[in-house]
Amino acid sequence: MGKALRREGLGLLFISPWLLGFVAFGLYPTLASLYYSFTRYSGFGTPVFTGLTNYGLMIHDPVFWKAIWNTLYITGLGVPLSVVLGLGIALPLNARVRGQSIYRTLVYLPVIVPSVVMALLWLWIFNPYYGLLNSILTALHLPAGSWLASPDQAKNALLIMVLWGTVGSVMVVMLAGLQDVPTSQIEAAALDGANAVQRFWHVVLPSLGPVIFYNVITGLIFFLQLFDQAYVVASSGGAGSTTDLGAPVQSTLFYSVYLFQQAFQFQHIGRASAMSWVLLLVTALLTAALFRGARSLIYYEGAQ
Amino acid sequence: MAQEQSARADVAVWAAARRGRASRLWQRAGLHALLVAISAVFVVPLLWMLSSSLKSNGEIFLFPPRLIPSPPIWSNYPNATSYIPFWRYAWNTFVISGASVIGTLFACPIAAYAFARLRWRLRGFFFALSLTTIMLPFLATMVPLFVIFRQLGMIDTYWPLILPAFGGNPLYIFLLRQFFLTIPRELSEAAVIDGASEFSIFLRVMLPLAKPALATVSLFTFLANWKDFLAPLIFLQTSDLYTLSLGLQQYQSVHQTAWAYLMAASVVFVLPVAIVFLLAQRFFIRGIALTGIKV
Repeated sequence: MGKALRREGLGLLFISPWLLGFVAFGLYPTLASLYYSFTRYSGFGTPVFTGLTNYGLMIHDPVFWKAIWNTLYITGLGVPLSVVLGLGIALPLNARVRGQSIYRTLVYLPVIVPSVVMALLWLWIFNPYYGLLNSILTALHLPAGSWLASPDQAKNALLIMVLWGTVGSVMVVMLAGLQDVPTSQIEAAALDGANAVQRFWHVVLPSLGPVIFYNVITGLIFFLQLFDQAYVVASSGGAGSTTDLGAPVQSTLFYSVYLFQQAFQFQHIGRASAMSWVLLLVTALLTAALFRGARSLIYYEGAQ
Repeated sequence: MAQEQSARADVAVWAAARRGRASRLWQRAGLHALLVAISAVFVVPLLWMLSSSLKSNGEIFLFPPRLIPSPPIWSNYPNATSYIPFWRYAWNTFVISGASVIGTLFACPIAAYAFARLRWRLRGFFFALSLTTIMLPFLATMVPLFVIFRQLGMIDTYWPLILPAFGGNPLYIFLLRQFFLTIPRELSEAAVIDGASEFSIFLRVMLPLAKPALATVSLFTFLANWKDFLAPLIFLQTSDLYTLSLGLQQYQSVHQTAWAYLMAASVVFVLPVAIVFLLAQRFFIRGIALTGIKV
């Protein structure tokens, strides 16, 4: 009896740094955030209980819905694109050719670049007058764009930038998955007369299922919280002051940026906390829905 | 007659092999072209950053832009790093990143050991708990964390950036746990027979064997802190304490941006981690593949 208790104690002791960190920096802030969401609080003094006021204000705030739209837009495009591009690039990178490690390193290199550098570099590349991109496009007689300066194109430009900086890490995971595909199955399919496309669709893709699913989940979490590049672009779009976040015309005001603004610019701790909880719930719901969807998909494959 | 037939067969085989070789050569050339094109997309912006960093203010606004600056203004580099307190920011960033690595190495391996090797009833529960927190967004906790740290008087210090590292990172705990699971039990059992405590097994058997995994975790932690933007943005207020990510914004003012200097500073910012990465490539790729960490 004592021995069992000692074992539990030892386990708890070994995880105590993590456990303390979890309670102090994870559990407590999450619960505190829930509490603050029902109050009016500027961060100073004591919070004043206001019930559901913050949630009501949130729902009736047109900027809030703009932020949600912006975030859903970039998430809805970003997640599928990053998965498709990651896999699409991993395929040729999986071939046995010379210099493969160089190509893989080059594709992964942007992932190391800090997001601030990425944002400023691409601000420069996207510059409508002096930027690299427009000069290449005009040289090829293709239409130039105003990119980050135009409300219509800004989100797409941001998407290009973020994909450039993150596809490398998706690619690496896909590559590992590709190398785990059982070669015996591919050979069997080839013997049965399947061509390359059929082999990919019926052998490689199903085997990649868990890897693809993993990238979808992590991609979702990443895009829903995208902040750094959006903030840097928004606060330097010629606006100068940060009250103009989301320039131009709030087209790059993402959920995370609006949350940041509410908390640290307007001192609306209560409203920001409400937004945090909405984000938490939406993330949890989407993740749970994806898990359920994945289970039925895998079951279907097995039934075949 | 038989000789003629076999000779013709030989020629046919040789011709077919030659055709096959030719088409395979084309295939390989095409593949290389594709690979070059793909990697160009990812490298060209970085080369552009390098190129822009060596241009004079006049040359940088040339349209159409020139690829290779002539003449290359090497003095942009010393000028850029004195335009803002670059080296102070670099040192600040280094201190924060280094301390975070220490914190991570303090909390993660020992928790991973408890989850991998110790047998205790609550193990499953706490391990599952740690996994769920991987998905907890910083966005959800940053506001109350700010309030807490302000009440503790720790805003505008490095504590909010370093302390959480000493609480470990669930992703790295998971990575190390997976790694510990692969170490054969005989090694730790031999130590048990010698009368060693769990802790000394951990210290003397497990940790030395885990060096590659620990190196991976250290690299990831350092890189994540080196690149970090949001946390320093929230917790640091005095510009003396800024990290490089924050400091880079000082190349911009309301009316103009010192683009050449900014690009030069960015190159110096990226260079250390790029070099470390290129040298430690194998660790990175293996570590990422093992857990899919988004760096």
